[in-house]
Formats: sequence, structure tokens, C-alpha cells
Amino acid sequence: MNFEQWNGFADGDWKENINVRDFIQKNYTPYTGDASFLAKATDRTKAMSKKLSELLAKERANGGVLSIDVTTVSSLCNYAPGYIDRENEIIVGLQTDEPLKRGVNPFGGIRMARSACEAYGYKLSDKIEEDFTYRTTHNDGVFRVYTDEMKAARHCALLTGLPDAYGRGRIIGDYRRVALYGIDALIEEKKKDKAEIGKGHMDTETIRLSEELFQQINFLGKLKEMAAMYGFDISKPAANAKEAVQWTYFAYLAANKEQNGAAMSFGRTSTFFDIYIERDMKNGVLTEEQAQEILDDLVIKLRCARHLRTPEYNELFGGDPMWITESVGGMAENHKTLVTKSSFRILNTLYTLGSAPEPNLTVLWSKRLPEGFKKFCAKVSIDTDSIQYENDDLMRPIYGDDYAIACCVSAMRVGKQMQFFGARTNLAKLLLLALNGGVDNVFGTRIGPQMEPMQDEILDYVKVTERFKVYLEWLCALYVNTMNTIHYMHDKYAYEKTQMALHDTDVERLMAFGVAGLSVLADSLSAIKYAKVKPIRDENGIIVDFETVGDFPKFGNDDDRVDEIAHDILVDVHNELKKTPAYRNARHTLSALTITSNVVYGKKTGATPDGRKKGEPFAPGANPMHNREHNGAIASLNSVSKLPYSSAMDGISNTFSIVPDALGKTDGERVENLVSILDGYFMNLAHHLNVNVMNRETLIKAYENPEEYPNLTIRVSGYAVNFCKLSREQQKEVISRTFHTAM
Amino acid sequence: MTGRIHSFQSLGTVDGPGVRAVVFMQGCPLRCKCCHNPDTWDFSGGSEQSAEEVFKRILRCKGYFGEKGGVTVSGGEPLMQAEFVAELFRLCKADGISTCLDTSGCVLNDSVKKLLSLTDLVLLDYKYTNSDDYYNYTKCRIQDVDNFLLYLDDNDIPTWIRQVIIPGLNDSEDSIRKLAEVSGKYKCVKKTELLAFRKLCVEKYEAMKIPFELIDTPEADQDEVRRLQEIIDSEN
Repeated sequence: MNFEQWNGFADGDWKENINVRDFIQKNYTPYTGDASFLAKATDRTKAMSKKLSELLAKERANGGVLSIDVTTVSSLCNYAPGYIDRENEIIVGLQTDEPLKRGVNPFGGIRMARSACEAYGYKLSDKIEEDFTYRTTHNDGVFRVYTDEMKAARHCALLTGLPDAYGRGRIIGDYRRVALYGIDALIEEKKKDKAEIGKGHMDTETIRLSEELFQQINFLGKLKEMAAMYGFDISKPAANAKEAVQWTYFAYLAANKEQNGAAMSFGRTSTFFDIYIERDMKNGVLTEEQAQEILDDLVIKLRCARHLRTPEYNELFGGDPMWITESVGGMAENHKTLVTKSSFRILNTLYTLGSAPEPNLTVLWSKRLPEGFKKFCAKVSIDTDSIQYENDDLMRPIYGDDYAIACCVSAMRVGKQMQFFGARTNLAKLLLLALNGGVDNVFGTRIGPQMEPMQDEILDYVKVTERFKVYLEWLCALYVNTMNTIHYMHDKYAYEKTQMALHDTDVERLMAFGVAGLSVLADSLSAIKYAKVKPIRDENGIIVDFETVGDFPKFGNDDDRVDEIAHDILVDVHNELKKTPAYRNARHTLSALTITSNVVYGKKTGATPDGRKKGEPFAPGANPMHNREHNGAIASLNSVSKLPYSSAMDGISNTFSIVPDALGKTDGERVENLVSILDGYFMNLAHHLNVNVMNRETLIKAYENPEEYPNLTIRVSGYAVNFCKLSREQQKEVISRTFHTAM
Repeated sequence: MTGRIHSFQSLGTVDGPGVRAVVFMQGCPLRCKCCHNPDTWDFSGGSEQSAEEVFKRILRCKGYFGEKGGVTVSGGEPLMQAEFVAELFRLCKADGISTCLDTSGCVLNDSVKKLLSLTDLVLLDYKYTNSDDYYNYTKCRIQDVDNFLLYLDDNDIPTWIRQVIIPGLNDSEDSIRKLAEVSGKYKCVKKTELLAFRKLCVEKYEAMKIPFELIDTPEADQDEVRRLQEIIDSEN
């Protein structure tokens, strides 16, 4: 392949094959300086940003949804082009014909689309209702196959948040490919792949893949058509920085119009864009201000992305998140940093446009990152509470140096791996189910192996763990089978054509399982082992509460006695899951990540032996339970860092909140100290950290007077939210969490 | 060797430079009216731990210390368990961990001298600048603290002088200039740090049923403390 748009770029394999990584490696310019080169927001950007703020205010005033197009089914070319301010936009493209207007996407399930419309006072059009009576949705397919046991596990919230009624998401198209190669070359490659498959034996696998390739090619064509509606011809590669960003964004936009995936992540683009920016600057056609403006405008567009959700969905995934995760920084396999000036520029959008939850900016941290970049990240964290950190030194050896994070903590090689998202199972509930011999003590559901509730006066650790293993084994098989059903049907009825077109045809699949209530289970088992736990039974002999006498080690204090229990739980769950083969030979992965579902999970779970009362929230992700950490923040970080990434390669989420005064006395000290903390934590092989530097009082004020804090952004499990968009219960839970303070 | 430990804070950033693990020793002979840790007074409180045990916990934090951080031993009054702290510091220094001692400087004996020989930085509370106030508000004699400071100076032990600014007691410009004079006199003093008097400790006093004598004293105003700090910085 050769294109005039590639003039000035160094040669490499990327010219022969689709290989964005190789293009980056051959062409990028590492930057090891500080942030002083950055430009401030221009008047144009400020005006555009103001327009967006006004729209967001209207959306808030309107109950969280500005408007809904109830007559059009969302797809690539179904809406007329939309603009915020046509004359002044640098990067264009909206999901529907107007900013923040939401489309409907019934392919996941018509019921979900219908009730989401109704929740905001709209009615799904008769035309769509009519059309979908003749269509099978993903949701229809799943429920045709679900067994009674699967339904029961779902009903009693042992398995929750399963993507069986909405888009599974967590798939990152390599949107950069459109900028680097143009659509036509991508179509040519896919056609070659399809022809190649046709030469071999046609069986279920190859026939399915061949049909998928047909759809991919079809939708690459639609993507080109969609761009043409906005007046752009993207059949050839992008010729400059502005086009590179625009082409990439079009590809992302197309994916977002096609799919209402739970997490629609962006990938790892800033260093890719930087190559075009550097070339333009060298050619004297782009200034620093203009470069910043291009990224500012991209981020404004990303901040406009919306999907239509139901209130029940919002309970699990609070704050209307999109998880437009952009991974920034990291190191290359040859030990050079992948930090470029554009890594700074993308973080700088939190200053030029103000802090906001999206895009979900994720810094890939390495001990070897340039000092100037580390300090800038720490400063941005302290100022905005809007970024998260993940351990590049831990992930790079596994995923190479062109991986990105989907959603919160899920790493995958861009364009080479995809994921089957699998929500999570409630481990605390599983313990109670085991103690009660297969009766859920909140819903009364009989599920799992049936036996007598445990009869002991004082619970015996060995007996409890033996019984727990029996239930874990049962649950894990059920969980894998449920996921297999969901993803078979998702592929069949809601296949991600646009996103998968931007993957290698021979893609590696991961199946991502998850656990909630890890610290509750660890502390409960520790209580049974080290204190005296007396079950309290109701009139039917069902254990409904516990009396726990004596002290016991609690997760979050760097105490091996309980930290090892938490460690072993993840190892055991992962091993059990692996025993049941996953759909399409996917590799089983596991996460300790809850989003905001820790509140709902807690609500649906009885009292636990650790002293947590019935209905009380769990800690989010892999966090220790609130206010049980008695040795300060580092001890808490150390406990979490002991959890084994090798058993939980879909990510281990930890949210860290600290008051500014506890981080140091001056701004300079705070930055340096936060850098030291991140270095220390990640050198311990920890995986992820959300950083909030704020006072609890600020949150309490925002809880009381939300209208005064419309932009207050905080990090929760794996993403950032506008505090004010959380439900009251979620807000209360966030306020109740541990804020590390100085003594 | 064992010591009586009040508590362990794995992340400290306000007691010495950088990120520090802070060990709070149990027991204090002083009775400062502004004390915010009355639960560290009783010599029989806390828990008994070996130096190795405490060292192991510090070691768990080492990766977070960065270039500037290390361990700080505070209290209570660490000088009252000087041999134990010396043993702890010996272990730390052997592992390349920088040591910092947060003290009132109320005692100077052979054990303390040995401890100081293993100390990289002393945070010396210099609570008042006249001897009457000193004794009345702390039950410590200013001469002892001056002696201690002189010893630090003679032995070139880097020192930060710290003073809690209490409205109406030591917040006059006159008092601040006197403090600056003290700091200026000794070349071992690298920094003089003013801290604002806060009343976060009231609940502790209530729980322990001890009267908090400064209950009616207002908290120090942060801006005022900053202004006084500027006076100190410009004097030295």
C-alpha cells in the first residue's frame, strides 16, 4: 500500500499489513519534558464549551435526559447530520441530529427501549414497536434459552447486571485504522480474509465468521456513507492532524450509533494523533493552540455521547456513564516511553474544558514514565479528581505496548482482542446461600445444591470453607453457561459489525467474569476463623443474622492473615470458572469491580458475619470495607496490592480517597507525594487506582445543594461521575467511604 | 527489645519530608494544654511490640517513600523509650530508610544521645518562647529544650523547629520574632514550621473524660499562620 497522505512517515510493516502499532513505533516522538508548553483554551473553545455547559444544564433540568428521538432506530445513517455550532466546530459528528438528543436502540431488547422511553415521559413509536414484533432481539434470544436455574440466579441477584437486555459493550474498535488506512483499504483487507475462509472447510465456525465478515464489510461501507453525510470522504487515509482525529472519531461515532454497549471505550489514541500533529507542526501548518483546539473539540464531542437507559440500569451503573476510556502514556516494549506531547494535551482538556467524567482518562503508569509526566498527572488528579491509573509495568508483559483499557480496568490488545462482558456475581450472597444450604435468605429462592442449613452453634471455619467450595463450584459452572448463552445470542442478534470490522479477523476472545463483595467475604471468613461467629436463625431455621464476638483481622490493614483469604478467593473463583469451557474458545478472565452496583448488591444481601448489616452497601470493587482500615492509606493499598492479577486479569479496581491536607502541606509537596504513592503502589504489582483528593465536607455540601456543584467530578469504581448524577443512595455511600486523613 | 506503641500510621506526609510511615510511641511526661493526642499520655497504654515487628511494618511502606520520605517516630514522647527507638532506627538505617524523630526535646541522657546518633532529622517542638508559659502550658522546662537544641547543633543533626500557633498564647508578632531568633541562632536548624492549633481532639478528651483546657480557645486562622510563617521565613 502507498498513499500520498503518508508522505513524511517512516516505512515499516504497517505499509504492508494493517499494523497501527508498527506505524506508531516507527513514527512517534517521545516527550520527556514538563507541561509548560501547553496552550490555554482559545476563545473559540471557551465559547463552544459554554454552549455545551448550557446544554448540560438543560439536560439536568429536564431530569437527566434532554430529549429522545422515539421514531428512529439508531444506526449509522439514520439521522441527519447534527451540530453544536456548525461554523465553529473543528471536529464534527453527533449520534443523532441534535446534541444530547438520545436515539433508541432496541436490538438488545425492545422492552428495555420501551421502558427507557417511558421513564422519561416518552413513548416508543408504533412504527418501531411494529417493526420489532417481527424481529428477534438479543434479549428474546437469551430468554428462549435461559434455564430455570439461570433465571432464579438472576432473580435473587446472585448474578446481576448481566448484559442480556442491552449491548454488552467493552469492545474497542481500533478506530485509528480508519485514519491511517482509509475505509477502502480496510474493506479490501476484509474481502481478502473472507475469500481466504471460503477456500477451507465450511463448518459452523467458518460459516458464522464468513457471515460476520459480510456484515463488517457492509458496515464499513455505511461508515463511509455516514462521513459523506457530514461532507467528508474517508475512503482514503487522513492527510493531516485534523483529519486523523476526525476520521478516528467518525469510526467511534459509527460504533456508538450502532451499539448501545455498556462501555464504549475509545482506545489508545493520543500518541497516534501526536504523529500527525508533529508532522503538521514540522510543516508549519499547525500551532500548539490549534493542536490543543483539535483535541478540545474531540473531547467536547465525546462528552456529548449518550445512550438511553432505564432507571434500573442506572442503579447498577450510576451517573449515566459511557466509559469512553482513553488510555494515556505507558512505555514501549523497547523501554522508550510512549508519552508524547499529546499525552499532556489530552489530559490538558480537563483544564481547557473543565473537569468532567468523560472521556474516562486512564493513565498507564510505569515506574519509568518521565518525571515531568508523572508530576503533571498527579497535579491533574489533585485539581480535578478525574483520572485513574493502571499499572503498565504489570500489563505490558501480557498485552504488549498497544493495549487499551475498556470500561474501567479491562485490558486488551487494540484490534486484536475482544471481550465478552459478564457483569458479576455476588460472593457475599453465595456465602449466605451456602450457610443456608441453598436458600436465599432475602428472596426465599431455593437454588443450588440443597442441604440442611449449617447447624453449629458457633461457625467452624473448616466446615464453612468446605461447604462454600461446593457452592462455588456449582455457581461457577452456572455462571459460565449463562454467559455462553448471552454471548451466543449477542453475536447472533446484535453483532458489533462496525467495531469488529476494526479488529483483525482472527481475533482473540476473552470472557470477563466478575465478583462483588470480595472484602465482605474475606472479612466474614476472617471473622469465622479468628473470632466467634454465632448464627441467629429465624423460626424456619434459616440463618438471618450473626452475633460476632471478639476481634478479627480485617482486609485493608496489610495483615496477611486476612489478605491471604482475599487472595485465595480470587484464585479459587478463577480456577472454578476455567473448568467450564467458554463460548468461542474465549479465555476466562475475572475482575473485582463493581461500578456502583455495590450499593444494590448490598441492598439485596442479608447480614454477613463481618458485622455488615442486612441491606448495607458493599465496598466498591476490591476496596476494603469502609472505615475498617486502621493503619492508614499505605497499609490499605498494600492489602489490595496482594490480590493476584494473574487470577483477575480483567482488573482489580481500587478507589482511593484522601483529604488534601493528608497529602502534604504545599501544592508542590502534594504532587511529589502522590507520585511517590503511585510509584510505591504499582511497584507492589497492584493493578488499578482511582484517586480522589477532596474533603468529605465538599461532598456533603454537594449532597445538600446539588445545583451549586453541577461539575463536581469524583472517581468511583473504575470511572468518574458527576457526583450530582448519582442517586441519593449512591451519594450517601460515597460519602460514607474511608477518606484517608492525617493523624 | 520491645516498646510500647500507641499506633502506626502507614501514610504520613506532614511529619517530615516526603511520604513517611509514622510510629506513635505510647507515654508522655509532658502535659501540653494543646495536646491533640491525650490517649498517648499513659505509659501503661498502647501495645507492646518488638522493634523487629515495627520495622517489618515500616519495611512494607518503603516502596512508597520516594527519594525524600522515610520513617518518623512521634508520640507520646519517643525519648522516653530511647533505647527501643534507637534499635528501630538502627534497623531502618541498615536498610537505607531515612529516620526522623518528632520530639519535645525534654530529656537528654546517654540513651537519647545514642538515639540521636541514628537520627537523620529531628522535628523539635519549640512550644513557647518564654520560660513561664513553657512550663505552665506544657510542664516542660525551656532550659531542657534549649539544652537539647544546643546538643543537636553541636552534633550537626539537621533539625526542623516546629511550633503550634495557639491564638492568644503564642501568636503575637513579638513571640514569632523571638522564635525566629532561636532558629537563627543554631545552624542545625534547617526550617521553622508553624502549625495551626486545631480542635479535632475534643472528642478524644470527652471520650477519656479529661477536661480540654483550651476548649474556649479558637482554632488558629490558616491565613494568619501563613502570615506569621512569612515573618519567620523573612527573618531567617
